Order: sequence, then C-alpha cells, then structure tokens
Amino acid sequence: MASDNSSPHEAGIFSTYDKPSYYCELMNRGAALPEALQQVQDRLSHLTLSDLRERTDNAENLLWRLGITFTVYTEREAIDRILPFDLIPRLLTAEEWSFIERGVQQRVKAINLFLWDIYHDRRILDDGIIPADLVLNNANYCKAMIGVDVPGGVYVHINGTDLIRDRSGRFLVLEDNARTPSGVSYVIENRHMMLRLMPDLASGMALRSVEDYGVRLHKALCDVAPASVADPQVVLLSPGIYNSAYFEHVFLAREMGVPLVEGRDLVVKDHHVFMRTVAGLRPVHSIYRRIDDAFLDPLAFNPKSLLGVPGLVDAYCRGNVTLANALGTGVADDKAVYAYMPRIIRYYLGEDPILDSVETHICAEPEGLAYTLANLANLVVKPVGDSGGYGLIIGPHASAEELETFREKLLENPSNYISQPVIDLSVVPTLCPAGVEARHVDLRPFAVTGKSTWVLPGGLSRVALRKGSLVVNSSQGGGSKDTWVMSK
Amino acid sequence: MSRFNPHMAGMLPDLNTLLSRYAENMMWLARYMERIENLARVLEVTEAFVRGADGRPVWESIVQINSDEERFRALYPAASEEDYLRFYVTDCANPSSIKAMAQCVRENARSARPLISTEMWMQLNVFTRWVLDLDMSDIRRTGLSALCNRIKQDCQSHAGITEGTLYRDQAWLFYLLGRHLERSDQITRLIDTRYHTLLPDASEVGSEIDMTQWASVLRSAAAYHAFRRLKPVTTTPANVVGFLLKNEGFPRSLALNLRHADSVLGALSTHYNLRRQCSDVQERLSELRAMLEDQTAEEIIIRGLHECMHWIQEQIEACQNSLAAAYWPPAEPVALSRQSQSQ
Repeated sequence: MASDNSSPHEAGIFSTYDKPSYYCELMNRGAALPEALQQVQDRLSHLTLSDLRERTDNAENLLWRLGITFTVYTEREAIDRILPFDLIPRLLTAEEWSFIERGVQQRVKAINLFLWDIYHDRRILDDGIIPADLVLNNANYCKAMIGVDVPGGVYVHINGTDLIRDRSGRFLVLEDNARTPSGVSYVIENRHMMLRLMPDLASGMALRSVEDYGVRLHKALCDVAPASVADPQVVLLSPGIYNSAYFEHVFLAREMGVPLVEGRDLVVKDHHVFMRTVAGLRPVHSIYRRIDDAFLDPLAFNPKSLLGVPGLVDAYCRGNVTLANALGTGVADDKAVYAYMPRIIRYYLGEDPILDSVETHICAEPEGLAYTLANLANLVVKPVGDSGGYGLIIGPHASAEELETFREKLLENPSNYISQPVIDLSVVPTLCPAGVEARHVDLRPFAVTGKSTWVLPGGLSRVALRKGSLVVNSSQGGGSKDTWVMSK
Repeated sequence: MSRFNPHMAGMLPDLNTLLSRYAENMMWLARYMERIENLARVLEVTEAFVRGADGRPVWESIVQINSDEERFRALYPAASEEDYLRFYVTDCANPSSIKAMAQCVRENARSARPLISTEMWMQLNVFTRWVLDLDMSDIRRTGLSALCNRIKQDCQSHAGITEGTLYRDQAWLFYLLGRHLERSDQITRLIDTRYHTLLPDASEVGSEIDMTQWASVLRSAAAYHAFRRLKPVTTTPANVVGFLLKNEGFPRSLALNLRHADSVLGALSTHYNLRRQCSDVQERLSELRAMLEDQTAEEIIIRGLHECMHWIQEQIEACQNSLAAAYWPPAEPVALSRQSQSQ
C-alpha cells in the first residue's frame, strides 16, 4: 500500500523514533512487549512515512465529508473542526483492560452511593469523612434533589473516568466526569476509520468490539425508566444544531434508535413529559440529556434558559420521568471532592480503591495551600470548577512571571484551586510534521449504568499533539487515537 | 383514494412518534432541494436558449418566475447580466438565491440528521459546503452552464441517494409531500411567466422565434425530449401547456405531482390518529385535480391562464399552511418564539 512517491527502500515509521524516557506504551514498556502487542508493532513498523501520511490525509478528508466535526465558537464566527485523528492505535492488553474495567466499575458504584447519601442521610458528612461544607456549599450541589429517590439509586448513568499512566506505567485516575461526559462517539467512529483506512493492520487481530454502545445505553435508560412504564420512550435531549457536540448527540440518538429532541420539542403537562409529534403529544419516560443542569428548566434554574423545558424538574422530582444523568451529580466530579475519592470508596464499599488517584493538595485547606505555595514551580494547579483544561498552570512549564501572576490569583481565592504533582504522562508514537514522535496520551473509558455497570472496552485516547504538551483537550490542540483492547 | 398505493401503507411500521420538527425539516429539505435544482436548470436554459429581440439572454424572466421584481430592483438597480447571476447564485441577501437555499438545506438536513441516512448526510454536507463557498469568480472561471450542471447533478444524486437509502416511515412521506408540492408550484410559475413573456400578442403565434422559445420553456422543465415523444403532436402553446399541466407520465407535470401528493396523504391518513389532520389538505388536492381534469389546456388558456396558475399557487400554499397547522402547530404560550420557514 505504499504511495507512488515512496521509494521501495524507505525505512519504516519507527526507524527514526526517538525513544523517550517516559513510559512509551508501544516502544518502551520497561519489559518485553506482550505478544499481542508485538504483532501490531511489527505490522506498523513496515509502514512507510509517506504511506501513513497519505492514509492520514484520506482519513481527514473522510471525516470532513462525513461531517464528524465539532464546532468552535469565536466572537465572530462558528468554525467546524475535525478532531485530528492519528492512525497509530493505542493498545491495551486484556489484563490491563480487565484491571481498568474493575477499577471503573468500583468507582462508579462508590460515586452513586455517595450521591444517594449526600441527598438523603448524609452519613458520610456526619461521620466526618469529607467536610460537609465542601459538599453542601458546592456550586453543583442541587437542593432540588434532596430526598428525591432516583430509580435503582443510579445518579450517574454515563460516566467518563479520565486515566493516565505514570512513568512506571501505573494507571491513575486524573478526574471523574459524572455530569455529561462527551467523546464516546469518537471511540466508535475512530474504530470505523481504522477499519476503513488500516484494514491491513486490523486484519485478523483479536480486538474487543465497540459496536454495542448504543444498544447498551438504550437498555440502561430503559432499566431506569419510571417503574410503572412497560415500554419506555427514551429520547436524547440536545441543545440543538449549533451546539459544539451536536454530532455526538446525533450519533448517540441514531445508535440508540431514539428521537433527538430539543427543549422546544418537549412539553410538560400535568407533571408528565411529552414530545410533540405529528400525531400529537406522546409520553416520554427516560431522557438522556446533554444539557447542563442550569439550563434544563427555566422554572427551576436559570430563568433565561431557552434550551430547557419548563416544568421538567418538577416532573422529574415526582418520579414521572428519568433524567440521565441525574441532577446534581457535579458534586461527585468536583476536583476538590476528587481528593477524598479513595476515602469515599473505602467508606461505602469497605475495600481499597483498585485505581489509584493522583496525590492532591486542597488549597481550601491551610496545609494544602501552604504546600502549594511553597512548591508552585513543581506542581500542576487547577481550578476546581472548570473543565477543558482552561485556567490551570503547569509549574515546570511556566515562566517566573506567569508563576507570580498565578500566585496572586491563587491567593485571591484559594478554595477555587487544588494542586497535584506533575505526572510524567505516558506517551505513544504519533504521526507529527517531522515524522513519528512520542506524544502524551490519556484515556477516558465510558461506563454505562442501568441495572449494572458496563464499561465500553477501551475508551477515548486523547493525544496532546504539541511536543511536550500535557494538555489533551480537543479545544486545545488535542487529537485522538483508536484504542485497541486485545481480547487475549 | 382510488390512486392510493397499497405498497406504501404496507411498508409503514408503527412509527407515530415522528417529531413535528422532523416532519417540517423533511418537507423543507425536499422543497429547497427541488427549488435549487429548478433554479439551476432555469439559469442554464436561460443563458443558452432564452433570447430576447437583441439576442441576449432574458434574465428578467427568472425574476418574474420567482416574483422577485421588487427585491431585485432594490439590490441591483442597474440590472446588469452579472447582477442577475449574483442575485440568483451567490447573494445571501436574496432568500431565493442558490446559496441562501443551500444554507436552508444545510440547516434542515443538520436538524434531521438523526433521521436521514448517513449517505444522504454526507452528500448534502459536501454539496452545501461547496455551494456556500461559491463566489462570482467561480462562475466566471467555470462558466454558468458547467456550474449549473454540477448543481443539478448534485441535486439528482441527492434524490437518488434518498430514494435508495431513506427508511420508509413518516419522514419519507413528509419528504415526498415537500417534493410534490414544490414541483407543482414550480411548474405553474414557469408556465405563467413564460406564457406572457412569449405571447405578448396573438399575432406572433407560430413564428420561428416563438418555436425556439417554447422549446426553451420545455427545456426549463426538463421536458423537451419527453414532449417530442408524444405522437402526433405539434408544438402549439396549448400542447405545451397541456403537457406540463396535464400529462400523467411526465415526472414534473402538475397532474402527476398532485396525484402523488394525494397518494402520500392517503398513506399518512391510514396511520393511527393522522386521518383527521389530513382531510383538509386532501379535500383541497381533490378540488385541484378535478379542476385540472375537467378542462382542456385550450379551455384553461381561453378562461385565463394567468388567473388559473395564480389560483393553483394559492391552493398549494394553502395546503402547505394546513399541513403546518396540522402537524407542527406552534407551541402553546409558554413555549419560545421560533423562526418559521416560508415559501
């Protein structure tokens, strides 16, 4: 499959690969490469750079034509972008995956128990495991949820756990995404792209399939519909065609075979939710909502929201409709609460966390703040509320001036920040302008919870495309890779 | 419902959950794609075949077909040849320009994207992005004819992909309704304006220029060769008008499109709960079809072609409005204001 302009003697893509000192998941695991991965590496090493580039161009072209894009809004215009896609897959062995899967399931279980508790008995607060103030005065704590019983005790039906690997290859949880985690459509579309563009690489490989996400999700949303409903109507609630993640909403609605609705398509009558169809109003029982809490219902929250459905929260609190995820789950993925997650897991489950967390200093606490200020140049400091990699500082990468400015910001509002040591994120070989180079990567597995928790094999592998960068977010120059979980 | 197609009903599963918004999107997707195709064809034919006394293309006739006189004068008082092209191809200030309509296609397709096939979306995505990037230099470089041909072909690819891949549920029926209503409307507009352009007074009937011009009317509807296959036939105004209005075999004739629209409504009305909403429009269509069947083309011309075409256009608009009121009624007071699409 070499392109026309490649010489027959051109060396393989790894011939110039500069093995970094970090943990490289394909080229430097510190031990012999597991056999299943060795086979992939062998096949890859026969590819030439020009062939890989040509296939990459084809992939980008296809992504454009398929409209697999997200929208970035500037002050003046809306720009459609594709998520840069790297054709060298990110590989996980069957053992690694089974470890991650168990760790994610454990974490989701603990998060759901934690959320039930803080909206009911508050045992964990009374027992002093986590400061009551941190929970009850959290911006994401939703008072409307106090005493509300959600079906099956499930608050977080769709969870994304951001994982990284450190210098020794150990998996660590970087953060939880328990509100409306996005990116799962790319996991599946990336696989499709791989099968189209790298059929010779994938041929005969024993890979775990990612095909049944939609079916599993639909089943879970039916599981948690109000108990009295025999044949529940599920819908996906989107902010609409101008939302930056609209493609993903379309993708998920199609995969589940359910209508994609906007707020204006729904109406609440007598505390029940209906959708407006050509045959009149039809009842709706389970809503996978991709709208943040604050915009969901102008009567309950932000009165100016045009995206929401008046009366939805009331219908929900009466148990007439299920929202996935539940309201007020943002407390669980708060970056300050994250620091307590190992204790939360031990408290509810009586077992040690399977997945480790990154050591975290809470600047709201005097010791945490003192430590952070003393070691600013060596730490990553993150605001607790924001997402998308905005507003954080990576000490070793910052100038003295930047550090000084940040120190002032931190002192103005210490409780808005946490700090963590800089982790030497693992790397994967990635096609870059100068050839195949090492780039840092993370992993977001997606867990779907109805009657039980199922984890989609693999997850979204995001790559920081800029050399040396640790920020993998798509809004900041990140790309993605297909994640291959080997089935043996 | 004598023309009701049992084929269609049998294939419709129990899918009464089509969102009102989707029905509206599907209908307008079809209408705008038809309009784009028609406009591209008319532009191309006008450049090649519709010549005035000075031997130059009569662009003004397109302004008349679309009832755009006022808007065009306001934007382009000088009315140069380039002005006409700009107005109809690239000017987004004109809602009936190809670019503005492509924008509407794109929004309707994006909105109905969960419903349409990925192959439909992919083609529409590429097509609309290409059109939205067009500017006058593209017309100058490739030539109007080549440009219009590509647009027509893309519209036809769309029709083919839709036919071959769109699931046959209510969304398909609303798509078809849009297509047939649009074709019905377009053909009456074409006849109306060309008839008066071409027959300023009866004495010129039968002259040579007249024959070329009538052929161009047929070409504007992609009807030229179909018309030639009628035997025996002479190219008289009444025969041409009769063909475009009453022929049951030509896919863009009024009669055929009204019949298809009627049969689509028949399929919709057999669906649970939808009969009541259809009846108003069904009645109107029956009246239209009866009017058409009861008169010859000569009679229509003698009684006043313009009045007749105008009346038909009003009826079609009324059908559209009834469909909107029945299937995507405005939300009740709490709901938010929204832009509605219009003819």
